[in-house]
Formats: sequence, structure tokens, C-alpha cells
Amino acid sequence: MRRLESVLAHLAVIAGVVFAVYPLLWVVSVALSPGAMSSHPRALPWPESPSLDAFADVLGVRDGRSAVFARQVVNSLVVSLATAAVAVAVATPAAYALARFRFVGKTWGTRTLLATQMFPAVASAVPLYLLLEAMHLLDSRAGLVLVYASTAVPFAIFQMRGAFDAIPVDLEEAAMVDGATRAGAFWRVALPAVRPAIAVTALFAFMSAWNEFILAATLLSREAAFTLPVVLQRYVGEHDTAWGPFAAGAILVSVPVMALFYIAQRQLVAGLTAGGVKG
Amino acid sequence: MRRLFALLVLAAIVSLVPACAEPPSLVLWHSYRGEEERVLVELAKRYEREHGIHVELLGLPFDAYSAKLQAAVPRAHGPDVFIDAHERLGIYRREGVVAPVGDAVPPEDVASYEPTALDAVTLDGERWGVPLSTKSLALYVNDGVPAGAPDVYPLAYEAENPYHHAAVLSAFGGALLAPDGSYGFDDDASLRSVLYVHDLIAKHEIPGDANGALVKQLFASGRARTSIDGPWLAADLPPSLRYHVEPLPVVQETGRRMRPLLTVEAVMLSPSGARRPEARAFARWLGGADAALVRATEAHQVVASEPAWHDPRIAGDPLLAAFHEQARAADPMPTSTRMRAVWVPVQEAMRRVFRGEDARVALDDGRRRFEDALKPPPPPPSPAPLAIALGVLALVGALFAVRRARAPAFRQELRESRTAYRYVAHAAVVVFVLVVLPLAAGALTSLFAGTRADPRYVGLGNYLAILTARGGSLLGHGSFYVTLFVTVLWTVCNVALHVTIGVALGVLLSRPAMRLKSFYRVLLVLPWAVPSYVTALAWKGMFHRQFGAINAILSWLGVQPVSWFSHFSTALAANVVTNTWLGFPFMMVVTLGALTSIPREVLEAAEVDGATRWQRFRGVTVPLLKPTMLPAVVLGSVWTFNMFNVVFLVSGGEPDGTTDILVSDAYRWAFTRDAQYGYAAAYAVLIFLILAAGSRLLTRVGGEATT
Repeated sequence: MRRLESVLAHLAVIAGVVFAVYPLLWVVSVALSPGAMSSHPRALPWPESPSLDAFADVLGVRDGRSAVFARQVVNSLVVSLATAAVAVAVATPAAYALARFRFVGKTWGTRTLLATQMFPAVASAVPLYLLLEAMHLLDSRAGLVLVYASTAVPFAIFQMRGAFDAIPVDLEEAAMVDGATRAGAFWRVALPAVRPAIAVTALFAFMSAWNEFILAATLLSREAAFTLPVVLQRYVGEHDTAWGPFAAGAILVSVPVMALFYIAQRQLVAGLTAGGVKG
Repeated sequence: MRRLFALLVLAAIVSLVPACAEPPSLVLWHSYRGEEERVLVELAKRYEREHGIHVELLGLPFDAYSAKLQAAVPRAHGPDVFIDAHERLGIYRREGVVAPVGDAVPPEDVASYEPTALDAVTLDGERWGVPLSTKSLALYVNDGVPAGAPDVYPLAYEAENPYHHAAVLSAFGGALLAPDGSYGFDDDASLRSVLYVHDLIAKHEIPGDANGALVKQLFASGRARTSIDGPWLAADLPPSLRYHVEPLPVVQETGRRMRPLLTVEAVMLSPSGARRPEARAFARWLGGADAALVRATEAHQVVASEPAWHDPRIAGDPLLAAFHEQARAADPMPTSTRMRAVWVPVQEAMRRVFRGEDARVALDDGRRRFEDALKPPPPPPSPAPLAIALGVLALVGALFAVRRARAPAFRQELRESRTAYRYVAHAAVVVFVLVVLPLAAGALTSLFAGTRADPRYVGLGNYLAILTARGGSLLGHGSFYVTLFVTVLWTVCNVALHVTIGVALGVLLSRPAMRLKSFYRVLLVLPWAVPSYVTALAWKGMFHRQFGAINAILSWLGVQPVSWFSHFSTALAANVVTNTWLGFPFMMVVTLGALTSIPREVLEAAEVDGATRWQRFRGVTVPLLKPTMLPAVVLGSVWTFNMFNVVFLVSGGEPDGTTDILVSDAYRWAFTRDAQYGYAAAYAVLIFLILAAGSRLLTRVGGEATT
């Protein structure tokens, strides 16, 4: 009985894995197949006459643009890491206050924060452009980080608030009885306890910045300043799409994220205990 | 951890360092790719060598190109010179993106341009671009297939595509948009043209519901002898195929030749660029014969410069020569912004005729839809009533605030809040400046109609128009309520599937006896890691009727292939499957996280008490999951409600905009129906109000407050 159950469980999970992986295998297959998209229907994603040309194209190996590509990788990394840093730095103390203090405007503030998540982002693109212009931050990585922070910070606050809610308040109180200040309790007791959540929050912010292209393409006006998704989107044209490089680029772009996921696995599971059971 | 933080801080500092080089002399934006881009780079280098002026090029993604120009140029952050299709001149002129080219086309140059191309960039007696090249449809003929061969279509083309049909329509003496900007696809010529094509499909002389990929395949495999297609087809045909291109044929029924729509790519000048003599000189040079020769020979452009065609290298290229000949017998695409509102009604009208519905009715409905979409905004009311209402509201609010502030208890509370404010102050500032202000500014646009350069106050007119379905039937096609219903259906299906699959996998993976746990876990979160704009397109490809993997699997199972995007139910299903795939990993991870915090003893105690597995799940796991899942479900619903990407990339609203959700509809108002930004903003505000009400309801029903 136990055995049968275990087999069934594995089968169910494997079905999920197939569902998750199958479309990605198509992306891989397209990236490895030179020339146009397949012209006859196939159920299995085997590449046709596999080659690595598409990857070479994206990396700029063949036309000597590797240096520019490397620069764009650095841009993407810097912007995404900075977005993560800003999101965590801004959100963590605020989330702590929301979880631990009662204060005037708390309910109102939280509601506003949730409300901002409901407004379609389409509406704020032009005002953001004007805002960056006024701050002289157009066409700069700092400007892009600020724009990305505008989406990352509210989510990070929810995320971190859940984490602080989930850790027992006793530890901090004990520390304060022992003579620690509120700030001390926050830094030395609460923060270390929510480390997994910080990692996950940073990962989310990183990913949202890492994959965004519309705002990046609108705000950046130098090729050397482009981030990777903008470069990728260049393979999509009005009448045709260069599927090979587009797919190859997508794979290259996802590799760092997959690596981060793999490294952060434990934290991911522990850190998403958002709003979990109060201790 | 500390090292990670140090790294993050370092990145934040580096991001502040400007990555700027010395200012370039001329800035050129384009969305060329491949050969065309390479040749443009080469030409810019040559120009610098010969004329000593550096031209800084910026290649942009096609998808973001037009929006970027419209954001940047009016605020003087744009290029001096840019390359775009002439049909955008209408909107660019309206938004102040483009200026007349002046002496970039001096009188002595006029004769050296293809007259049709020069006409296309001439509006109100002024020239708004230097023509570079032309693009139009022409006839591809497979030389390996004899005329009248059995089991071969004499012709294959995208019969349902209005862009292609415009060529047929011209042979009947009609046009999609009349020169005065009124809808053209409802006259006798249109009726006869569409019935003519319907007849051809019925006689199997052309394939019905053919899309670009099918046409390409039919032609390349010799199952269609001829094909109407653009120059972009040539790049996709196998090198072994023997074919030639010739101008579009005569339609026998009318005895007139088909004239395709012509797109002219031109060098345009921004207002600031037009003031610079060196920008005008460069534009003139790029359109001139020398540069044209290079563009034609190396990038295979059908150049608009006439002297270049005297060169035997171009004139001797049969493909180029054929498209060149066609360009002379083509009609430039209308530049009017109204043209953008033509495509959808025309396509729907044609589809209805091809499905066998009454043609007259279908065409008339098309015109009604066009006119409905472009209905002029309501006359400007006086801003006084709204101002007074806002003023009274502010006054009442202020009075209330003052009264409250006077209460001693409140002062006490405020004093006690001081510590908390030290923690939230910077977040409050960031959220207010970066999130609330832009959103409020965006919401304010909903009170206006007209262009960005010349907005007109209409009060709540936009809202009124949306909520009354623009005076049409409240349950009619594309009305706000119908779209809202589709959006709710879409959200409910998605969130239900996300949660079901996510919780099921989460529960299975947290079984203590489960092996290979972390292996499965990594594979299951992969959909999350790959950028969604790529995977959504991969799914779209998998749902393709002829070549998609889904239909291949179905036929392997013995099921008839499904035309996924021709019916509302299947198109919605395709969207939902894609979005389920994108969204279930999040719910799974949330479940896994929540389950780790359920003490094992609770479950064991229940087991000892003799609870069955299902009872344990219902009685212990579900209540413990609930507090974690509820915020995740609320956020997930909000995200799904506004999930623009998947709808836009997978079904694109097909069939006929029925699978559009509110956000993608708002996008269409802003970008495809005469740029009605205020109207789109009103949609956004309504979406916000619905979500705000919905999420309060959801948390109430859920029995837990998220705030």
C-alpha cells in the first residue's frame, strides 16, 4: 500500500515535471536548430541538424561584438543587483515597523501599498519618464534602478512583513530586557532570523529587473547601456523573428537565474513562509 | 550573507556611476536588424571618413521603437535622425516627433526619387522624410511547378489578412480607408472583392484560413504554384527552390491589376535634428544614389533612389527589379492615425463572410465598429463642477483631520508612533515618489482626451463612455462589461489551476519519504526562471494549427487537430494553459514554505487519532495553509487580472478581440485605436477600482485580514 502510494506520488510529480519542462525543451531545440522554424509538425522537441551558431550569434563571437555583449551582461547584473539591494534596504525596516509597531497611518499606508499593486503599470510609464527626466536620470543605470524599485519595493515590503510576522517576538523582547535598544534588537535579533526571507526578497527583485525590457528600452538610449532583455528583443522584427538567436539568448539569460534558484533553494522554501503561522 | 550584502551595496554604488562617453555629433535611431543593420553601420563609418561627422547609431527593438520615439523626441531626448515607415508620419506629426526635412530633399533631388515613394512622405505640401526603400507584396511564382498541375493550389496567400486583401480590393476599385479618412470597406467594390475571394476559397483555388507560416510552407513545398508575399519571404525559402517574382496579376473579373499597399522606409528628422544642417545633409546623403547602391547590393533593399537603378548590379537582380516594378504600381499606405483602427473591423468582417454569413451585414457591422472606436471624445465640459467637488472633499477631509489632530488621545498616539516613523519614513518617501505620484499622474490623464501635445479636458466623459459601452449595447462586442466578464473568468480559471497544481505538488514534494525531492523541485520552478516573453511565444508556437506540437501530440493520440485561435473557448484555454504553466511554481513554492512551518507532531497526532489521509488534509493541512495562501491568492489574482503579456503574446485577443482582458483592451485603446491615451487611463482606473473592491471582498470571505 505504502509502496503503491509512493509510486503514484512520483508519477504525479513526474507529470508536473513534464508539463514544466516540455515547452522549455522546445526553446532549447529552436536554439540549437539553424535556419527557420520547423515546417512540419512534431511532437518531440529534437533539434534539426543541431549547431551552436545561434549561441555564437548572441555572444557576438562571429561579428566581434563580444565586448559590447559583455558590457551588456555587466549592465544587467549591476542594475539587477542594485535593484535587489535597494528593494531590501528600503523594504526591510518598513516591513519591521509594520510587523512590530502600532502607529498612526499604518492601516492607511498598508492599504495604499496594496492598492499600488492593483494599478496596471501601463498607466505610469509616461509619468515615470517625466520624473526621471526631472531628476536628470534618463539614460542612466541609476534611473533604471529607481524605476525597477518602484515595482520591487511594494512587493518586498509584503514579503518581509510576512517574514517578521512569522518570527516570535519573545527573542527581541528578551534582548531588550537585557539592555538592547530597539534598533539593536532589530539589527542583532530580528534581522538574522529573517535571513532566508531577505535572500528570497532579493532574488525576486533581482528577477523582476533581470527580465524587464519595455521600460529599459524606453529609458536607455545607448547601446552600451542596454540590458540583456533589450538586446534579446532586438531579434523580434515586424515581419519575422530570428528564432534561433532569440531562443539561444533566452537560455543564456536564464542560466544565471537558474543558478541563483539552485543556490537559494533552501532559502526559497523557508523564506516564502510569507505571513506564516505566528509564533 | 554579509558578503552578499556588500556585493549588493557595491552594485548600487556602481549603478550610480554614469557610463557616458563623449557626446556624438549626430544621433541616429533605427530598428534595422541583420544585413540592413550591418550595412547601416558601414555607411555611417563611411560618412564619417568622407565628411568628418560622427554618426552615433542606436538599434532599438521594433516593439519599443515607436513608443520610445514618442516619449523621447517631444522632450528633446531623442535622436537627430531616425528611420521609420512612412505610415507612422500621421501619429508622429500629431505628437511632435517629426519635422519637415527642408533642404534634405532639395528641388534638384526630386526627380531622383521614385515618385510613389516621394508622394508617400509628402503631406500637406511638405516633405517629412527622405525615402530610403520600399516594401510591398508581389507575386512569387514557383518555376518548378507547371500551371494547372493537379492537387496544387494555383495561388496561396493570407486571404483573411486585410493587408493582403487591400491588393485584391484595389482591383475592384476600392480602398480600406478613403482619402478623406472615412471607412472604405463597406461599398460595392468591397462587397464584390470579398465575395470574389470567398468564391475562390469555395472552389479550392486558394486555401482558406491560411496564415503566413502555412503559405510559406505550401509555396516552398510546391503545393501552391504562386504566392502573394513580401520581400521577407525570400529569406525563408530554401536555396534549392527555383522561383521568380513578378508584379501582382490582373483580376479577371474586373480586368484590373491588383495594387498592393506600399510602405516607404524613410529617414526622418526630429524637430531638433531638422534645425541642424549636418543632420539634413546626412539624411540627404543616406537617401542619395551612392548610399542607395550599397543598401541595394548588400542589404537587398528595394531602394527609392532612381539613379541607383541605372547600376547593372541592382537592375540585374531579378528579385529587386520585380519588387521595384511593383513599387511603381502600388498605393502608399495611408498615414492617417485612423488607419490603425481599420485592420480589426475589416478582418472580422471578412472572416464572417468566409464563414458564410451575410456579406452586406458583416461589412456594415465592420463600419459601425470602426466609427464606434473613433467616436470623437465628448465636448469639453466646464472643469468647475469637478473642481468644486474636489474642493469640498478636500475641505471636509481637512476639517476631519484638524478635529482628529486636536484630540489629546491622537497626539499621544502620534508621539508613540515616532519610533515607527523612523523605520518607515524612507520607504514611505520612495513609495510616494516612485509609485503613488506616477500612478496619480497617470490616473489624471483619464480626465482628458485628444493628444499628448494638445490634451482636452473632458471631465468624467471617458468613464461615462466606457460604462455606457459608448452608447452601444451593454452586452455587445467589446463592451466593458463583456471584457470584464472575460477577465474575471480568466482570473478565476488561472488562480484555481495555480493553487490546485501548486498545492498538490507542494504537498507531494513535502512527503517525508519522497526521494529526489530537490531534483524535482529545481525542474518544477524552471518555468519561473526563463523570461516569460520568450516562453509565451514558445507556447504560441506550440498551439499553431499546422505546425504546433500540441496538435502533433493530438494527432498522435488520434484526435483531430484543433484550430486553437479560431474559437473563443479554445483560445482562452490556450491562454490559460500558458499562464498556468507560468504561475504554478510560485504557488508550489509558497505551499512548500508554509508546509515546513506545520509542526510534524500535529499531523502525527491526527494520524494516531485515526484520521484518514483526506481528513488530515482537510482538518490539519488546509487550515494551517490558509493564512499563508490567502495573501498569495490575493496577490496572484491581482497579477493575473493584469497579466498583459500572456494574452497579448499568445492569443493576441483572437478570435476578434474576444479573449482580450481589460488590460490588453486598455492597451489597444492607447496604441491601436487612434492613440486615445485618456480613454486607456480611464480603463486603468476602473481596473484599479474593481481590484480594490474585489480584494477586500476576497479577504473578508477568506475570514482573514491581510492588512
